[in-house]
Amino acid sequence: MNKTSWVALLLSAVLVLAVGCGGQQNGGKADSGFTVGMVTDTGGLNDESFNQTAWEGIKRTKNELGAEIKALESKRDEDYVPNLTKFARDGRDITWAVGFKFEKAIPEVASQFPNAKFGIVDSNLGGKIPDNVTAVTFKEEEGSFLMGVLAGLTTKTNKVGFIGGISSPLIKKFEAGYRAGVHAANPKATVQVAYAESFTDATKGRSLAQSMYNNGVDVIFHAAGGVGKGLFDEVKTREKGKFWAIGVDMDQSALAPDHTLSSMIKRVDVAVFEITKELKEGKLQPGKQVELGLKENGVGLAETTSKHVPADVLKKVDEFKQKIINGEIKVPKTEEELNQFLTK
Amino acid sequence: MQQILSRVNKTSTFATSLISIVLGMLVGAIMMMAAGYDPVLAYRALFASALLQPYDLGESIRTITPLILTGLAVALAFRTGLFNIGVEGQFIVGQLAAVIVGLKLGLPPVLHAVVAVIAGGLAGALWAAVPGLLKATRGVHEVIISIMMNFIALNLSNVMIRKWLTEGSDSTPKIPDSASLRVDFLSQLFGGSRIHLGIFLALAMALFMFYLLWKTKLGYELRAVGHNPLASEYAGMSVKRNIILSMMISGLFAGFAGASELLGTAGYHSIQAAFTGVGFDGIAVALLGANTPLGVILSSVLFGVLTYGGGNMQFEAGVPFEVIRVVFAAIILFVAANISGPLVDLFFRRRRGRHLARNLD
Repeated sequence: MNKTSWVALLLSAVLVLAVGCGGQQNGGKADSGFTVGMVTDTGGLNDESFNQTAWEGIKRTKNELGAEIKALESKRDEDYVPNLTKFARDGRDITWAVGFKFEKAIPEVASQFPNAKFGIVDSNLGGKIPDNVTAVTFKEEEGSFLMGVLAGLTTKTNKVGFIGGISSPLIKKFEAGYRAGVHAANPKATVQVAYAESFTDATKGRSLAQSMYNNGVDVIFHAAGGVGKGLFDEVKTREKGKFWAIGVDMDQSALAPDHTLSSMIKRVDVAVFEITKELKEGKLQPGKQVELGLKENGVGLAETTSKHVPADVLKKVDEFKQKIINGEIKVPKTEEELNQFLTK
Repeated sequence: MQQILSRVNKTSTFATSLISIVLGMLVGAIMMMAAGYDPVLAYRALFASALLQPYDLGESIRTITPLILTGLAVALAFRTGLFNIGVEGQFIVGQLAAVIVGLKLGLPPVLHAVVAVIAGGLAGALWAAVPGLLKATRGVHEVIISIMMNFIALNLSNVMIRKWLTEGSDSTPKIPDSASLRVDFLSQLFGGSRIHLGIFLALAMALFMFYLLWKTKLGYELRAVGHNPLASEYAGMSVKRNIILSMMISGLFAGFAGASELLGTAGYHSIQAAFTGVGFDGIAVALLGANTPLGVILSSVLFGVLTYGGGNMQFEAGVPFEVIRVVFAAIILFVAANISGPLVDLFFRRRRGRHLARNLD
């Protein structure tokens, strides 16, 4: 590069800045329609988990309700408050906060903007829900129960496994539901339980899966976020049709197509879409917790389940599903409820 | 001619930084154009929305506060010839100490906050003393040790939150108001934003660093060790003592950054899967600010505005935040490669050429 071009480069830089500061105002706002905002947690929009599924639901509001939509990704925990504030100041009809990490940010922003509406996924804010917030949670135990039924009916060794992320009330819901399901479908089967105490450590997940399979376990269900990737890495190396993994949150069969029995999906997209729709139709009453289970189609089986699961097993699973929906079976959520369930 | 030359040399660090900033933003603009975004709209959104509204101005200052402190931390160590890459870890233990004092000690307002801030600073200083001590006594390179100390800090803080501060939860409860650095008066002045007293602490520390380095005997020794440890030793200074002291003061600044961020901005501590990057940004801030207190403040303002405004840029112009990280990196690259040196040189030679030609006429 010669001297003249350096000078030219510098000049154009100055020009860009000058134009940048002097240009005229034209924001990209929608004229008058229905507007929806979404703030991700630090996982980002393409996290292959709840942020991504939530965004799918928001995109549906664009296609089916004609909403103007926008998402902001949070890079750090400190970004939650300003990102929510941006949407609130922008006058969005509803702003979604995806993930329980917003537990502390949502009440703060909601009290500053009493006229704005917010939604939070996966947290009930400890029961203290402000009047302008709708908190969405899922009955993970119900979906996990069906996974337990599936595992109990599939196992040949009568040993099944569960890998949890960090031991917390949320993940205990998965464990309790799953163990109850196994017990209901196959009382002879035992469940081995292990917690990785992490949501990201795939290596830990793999070593836990390895020792379980080596101990004669042939079906493992995980509720452990990124740790679960290790489970799929391990099951792939084992004999087809003998060792199985069950995924969580969204259909994870792509991770090990020949070894994935099913996935317990959480329909974050359905929840976000339905509540946004209710708001648009004026039917939504904020300030409440919305709990979605099998009945509301908030949790369920992945569509690819039929690929490896025979029809008679699927029929059994469906029978249990109906029993849960009409209240014949009450799925336990905690250790104590589980113990009562098992002794019945 | 000689006079002009020396003047150019004097202003060159400032010019270097300025030219690097312009070039860095140009790189960002080119990237945006290549990706099909409008750079004019993006940059305008960035600056307008970071500065014009009181709320945004407050949030920008909130973003700038920890950057000043971590920038000072890196700059002070640089002056003694040390590369403190462990600012991130010292920042984390600062947060941890502050949240422990905030939650576990019941003290009256004001005193509670003061004790929490001091605890954070001391924790940072102690954390930095380890690499300093190992460097001084065993000759272990401070970069290696301080990087490792970052990981220890990160995981220590995660374990403490999960096992001791809470019962298996993801984040601690909020600290009581008595320990908070937020003041209603200040927040309301800035439209309810999370600006807090940490900014005054940061500015005071910048002043303290200036006074320490250029007005005291200790500061002279610290700088002398940075210039030439052997000569300093020969002159009767204790190199070991100065290395440890320099690391500890550096860690003190980083610990203050963590404490003020926790007590002012977040109010709680949560489990982190990865580093927040505030400490690493301090390296960039110090480099651009030429390791001077004033330079650190100015470059913190720039990086803070870019960081906070970057979020708005995403909001207004749809440009991903990553572009701003590219601008950061490009600016640092241009500073480090000293690209402006040849530019200034070239401009100057050309003028001299014309001058000579005119004289010949």
